[in-house]
Amino acid sequence: MSRPEDTLSADVHYDDVEARKYTTSSRIKNIQASMTQRALELLDLQSPSFILDVGCGSGLSGEILSDVPEDEGGPHVWVGMDISASMLDVALQRDVEGDLMLADIGQGVPFRAGSFDAAISISAIQWLCNAESSETSPAGRLSRFFNGLYASLKRGGRAVCQFYPKNDVQKKMITSAAVKAGFSAGLLEDDPETKSVKVYLVLTVGGSTTGGNGGDITNVVEGMDGVDVVDLRKKGGKSGKGEIKKGSKAWIINKKEQMERKGKIVRATSKYTGRKRRIQF
Amino acid sequence: MKVLTLNFLTCAVKMCKASNDSFPLHPKDAELAKDDVEINLQLLVNVLPRIDWTALRTTSTELGFPELPEQPPTAEDLTSDEKMLQDLHTLLLETQMIEGKLVCGHCGHEYAVREGIANFLLPSHLV
Repeated sequence: MSRPEDTLSADVHYDDVEARKYTTSSRIKNIQASMTQRALELLDLQSPSFILDVGCGSGLSGEILSDVPEDEGGPHVWVGMDISASMLDVALQRDVEGDLMLADIGQGVPFRAGSFDAAISISAIQWLCNAESSETSPAGRLSRFFNGLYASLKRGGRAVCQFYPKNDVQKKMITSAAVKAGFSAGLLEDDPETKSVKVYLVLTVGGSTTGGNGGDITNVVEGMDGVDVVDLRKKGGKSGKGEIKKGSKAWIINKKEQMERKGKIVRATSKYTGRKRRIQF
Repeated sequence: MKVLTLNFLTCAVKMCKASNDSFPLHPKDAELAKDDVEINLQLLVNVLPRIDWTALRTTSTELGFPELPEQPPTAEDLTSDEKMLQDLHTLLLETQMIEGKLVCGHCGHEYAVREGIANFLLPSHLV
């Protein structure tokens, strides 16, 4: 599958023609709708909320937010941000109910602290991973975005970002940027290891009201059908220190790595590294 | 752009983040329109604690609405007083800013609003 992210920036790629194509394609519409439904399920909103739609495009996802029936906690009011003017133009013609803004999410999220109940982003944040000019870097853009998003969500608020990572490196880069901004993050993969894998990054601000596991994704998916929880975090209350004995081989290798990260010249690790010097005859 | 959204928008310029003047943005040459939206009491009760009432008063005066009371209504007020609910609903959700500019009180940057869409793209030296 070709990735438009690799060749152009989002505002250039989605010109009038592409924006129209994207919005009228029934295949994309269906995929977007099902992903938005899934994201809403993960957000688990109980009452009508004020939601930020990051990379709202032509409002395909926002439309669904406005249409949530009353008995399921809707309808929600949303504000959409997108960098492509053509996409927003299509949204205007389709007469969506949310507010629209032309803004680059890599430049931050211009809302005051604690504005939103939740945030949703469908197929958008992978665009942050390529910088089109020398002044910006993907890491910088990601960190500006996640810091802004973290600030603009209320405490206990949740954000669900569906994105298409190019590879594991990109997946890790996005997740670690979110964690660095202060979110509790978790990845949910639908249809893993198939071509149509969907990756959802579920982010929580602060502790959730339900308590328990710090309010991260494992709480969210608990009780959902067909979800396996793979927890890659370190288990147990022990901190990293104390586990490794000072002077042991592991300790030496750890130190060497530390020094290497600092840019010092370090001897390569060999089979003699950290080996005991036994008394010889 | 709804007045509700205006109550949350701040200036996007980096150096304005620390300043108090960057919020609220001041509407200039604003052209307003009224949309019909169904009243959603729960939503209003939900966002009410998060609305910056002082800022809302400033914005509504600048947009040429009659002055709002000094104290924000409570959730009980809204549930019991239908007129108050209707007024607040009209101001926050039905009033739309269609054309005009939003001006930051700190750096003076003007964000253009066209057809209800605010342009928050910044030139790279301001990011």
